Amino acid sequence: MRARVTVTLKSGILDPQGKAIEGALRSLGLKGVASVRQGKVFDIELDDGDRKAAELLLKEAADKLLANTVIENYRVEVSG
Amino acid sequence: MHCAVVVFPGINRERDMARALRLICGREPAMVWHTDTALPAGTDLVVIPGGFSYGDYLRCGAIAARAPIMAAVRGFAAQGGLVLGVCNGFQILCEAGLLPGVLMRNATRRFICRDVYLRVERSDTPFTRGFNAGQVIRVPVAHGEGNYVADAPMLARLEREGRVLFRYVAPEGNPDPAWNVNGSAYAIAGIVNERGNVAGMIPHPENHVEADLGVTDGRALFAGLVDHFKAAAHSKRQADEFAGGTR
Repeated sequence: MRARVTVTLKSGILDPQGKAIEGALRSLGLKGVASVRQGKVFDIELDDGDRKAAELLLKEAADKLLANTVIENYRVEVSG
Repeated sequence: MHCAVVVFPGINRERDMARALRLICGREPAMVWHTDTALPAGTDLVVIPGGFSYGDYLRCGAIAARAPIMAAVRGFAAQGGLVLGVCNGFQILCEAGLLPGVLMRNATRRFICRDVYLRVERSDTPFTRGFNAGQVIRVPVAHGEGNYVADAPMLARLEREGRVLFRYVAPEGNPDPAWNVNGSAYAIAGIVNERGNVAGMIPHPENHVEADLGVTDGRALFAGLVDHFKAAAHSKRQADEFAGGTR
């Protein structure tokens, strides 16, 4: 079973890396980019089983390690 | 004072810290490996030094905060034991939930390696009793992620409860955004937990303890801790004697 956990910064948290990427896109001549915020994607292979159980497992993984919930949000997607 | 210095893979400041502790408390600290499950018996102070534990993978200090030895560090802190985290050590304590907030990428996006000036905000903690309140000290920093962030209620609480121990200031001691080198909220350089036994700071006091290097401003942090334990031992002896006398 495949799953993806996406971790992003909460709004209001300063993202200097996003700003740097924004500046770099602009200096490449790409117009119309208003802002960039950088996040993380974790692609996780799970043993086959119950989908609900998988979502709970991933939520626990995100709460305990993958995301720092002081400054980050996360989204869990289980496919298949 | 019996010290334990915790070492994770990628930590690189443990020898500087051990040297400072040895010089100032006259006893070789125990070096504790991250896979150990217990601290040495009789440990008075646990120190988590600086470096790049686990290569800063995932987030600075995130993986170290979940290493086996941290259960013992938590237990030690829960019983009132003193814990000091420096730089990566501060990041690890925040990730472990032993201190609030998080250290993020420096606002300037640069790794900063220079001396800074810190105002010691209070002198009535074991970590700062070697200083005078309001004293300005010069200490080096070397970090890419030292930007202290916490939500507004927590920041207000830290200020209200006097839990900011060190603040980035200009050499004269006044707050100055130009001297808040990493953009930390309220120029916070170091804090203490609610109970007062767990402290974290981004700058490296252990690197300014020897006269040969020209500045010894960091020495008083460690000397104050030695005094703290001497005073505690003295109080205990007095209490024991008094208890014996009334029988």
